[in-house]
Amino acid sequence: MSRKEIKNIPQVLPINRIVEETPTVKTFYLPWDFEGDIPGQFLMVWNFQDEKPMSISSLDPVNGEVGISVKMVGPFTQALHKLQENDKIGLRGPYGSGFEIAGSRVLAVGGGIGMAPVAAFTEEAHRRGVQVDTITAATTKDEILFAQRLENAGARVFPTTDDGSHGFCGFATELAEKLIKEEDYDMVVSCGPEIMMKKLHLLTEENQIPAQFSLERYMKCALGICGQCCVDDVGWRICVEGPVFWGDQLRLIKEFGEYHRNASGIKEYF
Amino acid sequence: MLEVEICRMKMKNPTVLAAGVLGSNASSLNWAARSGAGAVVTKSFGTEPNKGYPNPTTVEVEGGIINAIGLSNPGVETFQGELEKLEGRVPQIASIYGSTPQEFSEIAGKVENLVDALELNISCPHALEGCGASIGQDPDLTHSFVKAVKKTVKIPVIAKLTPNVTDIVEIAQAAERAGADALTLINSLGPGMRIDLETGNPILSNGFGGMSGPAIKPVALRCVYQVYQNVDIPLMGVGGVTNYRDVVEFLYAGASCVQIGTAVMYQGLEVFPEINQGLLKFMKEKNYHKVEEMVGLAHQGRVR
Repeated sequence: MSRKEIKNIPQVLPINRIVEETPTVKTFYLPWDFEGDIPGQFLMVWNFQDEKPMSISSLDPVNGEVGISVKMVGPFTQALHKLQENDKIGLRGPYGSGFEIAGSRVLAVGGGIGMAPVAAFTEEAHRRGVQVDTITAATTKDEILFAQRLENAGARVFPTTDDGSHGFCGFATELAEKLIKEEDYDMVVSCGPEIMMKKLHLLTEENQIPAQFSLERYMKCALGICGQCCVDDVGWRICVEGPVFWGDQLRLIKEFGEYHRNASGIKEYF
Repeated sequence: MLEVEICRMKMKNPTVLAAGVLGSNASSLNWAARSGAGAVVTKSFGTEPNKGYPNPTTVEVEGGIINAIGLSNPGVETFQGELEKLEGRVPQIASIYGSTPQEFSEIAGKVENLVDALELNISCPHALEGCGASIGQDPDLTHSFVKAVKKTVKIPVIAKLTPNVTDIVEIAQAAERAGADALTLINSLGPGMRIDLETGNPILSNGFGGMSGPAIKPVALRCVYQVYQNVDIPLMGVGGVTNYRDVVEFLYAGASCVQIGTAVMYQGLEVFPEINQGLLKFMKEKNYHKVEEMVGLAHQGRVR
């Protein structure tokens, strides 16, 4: 069946394999027909109980395999973590803008599970001959994501931990500031907690480096119609105009780093 | 040339953002207004915050989508804050829902000063018990709900009707008798469903959802055509409008303007300027000077 026929309907697929990345993160690999899917785009993941957006963490068109990395944070992700190989889940997408691959020396900064699209970006950029330095930030050593995988892809990988148990001790933004001073980056990409991205946004503006950031908002349709993920004050839809925005666009998203809205649309401050 | 006036609201063109399409905050409504909509309708809100149904809440089908979002909204108290942030570029219509005439009146009273008109959602096909279509499928309930709101507010009250009835004219007339200033025809069709082939699961968590998009346009047109012959209040046509030709059909059938919903999914908010440019060109070619000249022409069998 061609993708066109089944657009915007979950495709129910068997899980090829599952990689336990950390005590709280698993990557699920599934068969996938690629039609120009790019890093930074997301899929709607359906487990027949609920459906939520997840960034693509691995794109492998050669083997026809897509990866999504899931951090256990609530009932839905707990249910996903119980799945075994050959169990089925539904995927629809990909949706959203994705990262543009540009520049020749890029700094990629992923915080926590925000490393998922940053990993996909890092690998794809290297396939296209772009040198990427990737900061993979976690609370503690055991939670560091994708360090080996991205080194294998050719990236320089800089692990950081909040508690100093591995790599740089401190926040990802502190290391990013240091690297930006020392190196000559022509682009920055990032995904992670908005507090982190907000600091990084300021940093890239001060240093006049073009930067792209991936945002997350509560989503329902992912088709650009329900309005659930529209952000203040521009009104853009995270599922269509986003989730990835350039730094100058972010200036128009006044709620960036400040608040998001929950399922009923009530503001929750970060 | 494209200007229309409905219920004392002056609109620069006859294309209105339909309820439930974006519209869950002021920012997206302002964006639609900036993009060229002639008026905007908010997503429906009620008295209390409501999370709506779990996902999947939307799935594509041939000729459109089916949805059961479940009327998610932050409740009128919070939504007042959004309405205060509307920029007022175009007429602003609040879509409200509830399960009793008192609830409708209470909400109506709280937002009367913040919007230009109210649209009563008595037609949602996937609403909770006692809301939506369960009201709009009964002429007596329709009458009592519309009447209650009319007694409470001075701004225009528009009743949005469901096509999922035996006789839509009976409902339309009940709303008119209760004092409705206009009618919006139609809410989504059905409900319908879609089932996954691999697992046998209905895809929507609610099982059923309202159908919207180009496939429902013939039904919407028929509703407008039929109601136009039997009421004297203006009609807003809605259902599958994706291009200016659809708008012309609705005008000819008897709608004074149209609302646009699912086309935003296909074309984004650019759909408003695109449709209006097409409509303007068509009117010039056919030598129409005003949109209202086209309203109801299908009934006279005389078009240019």
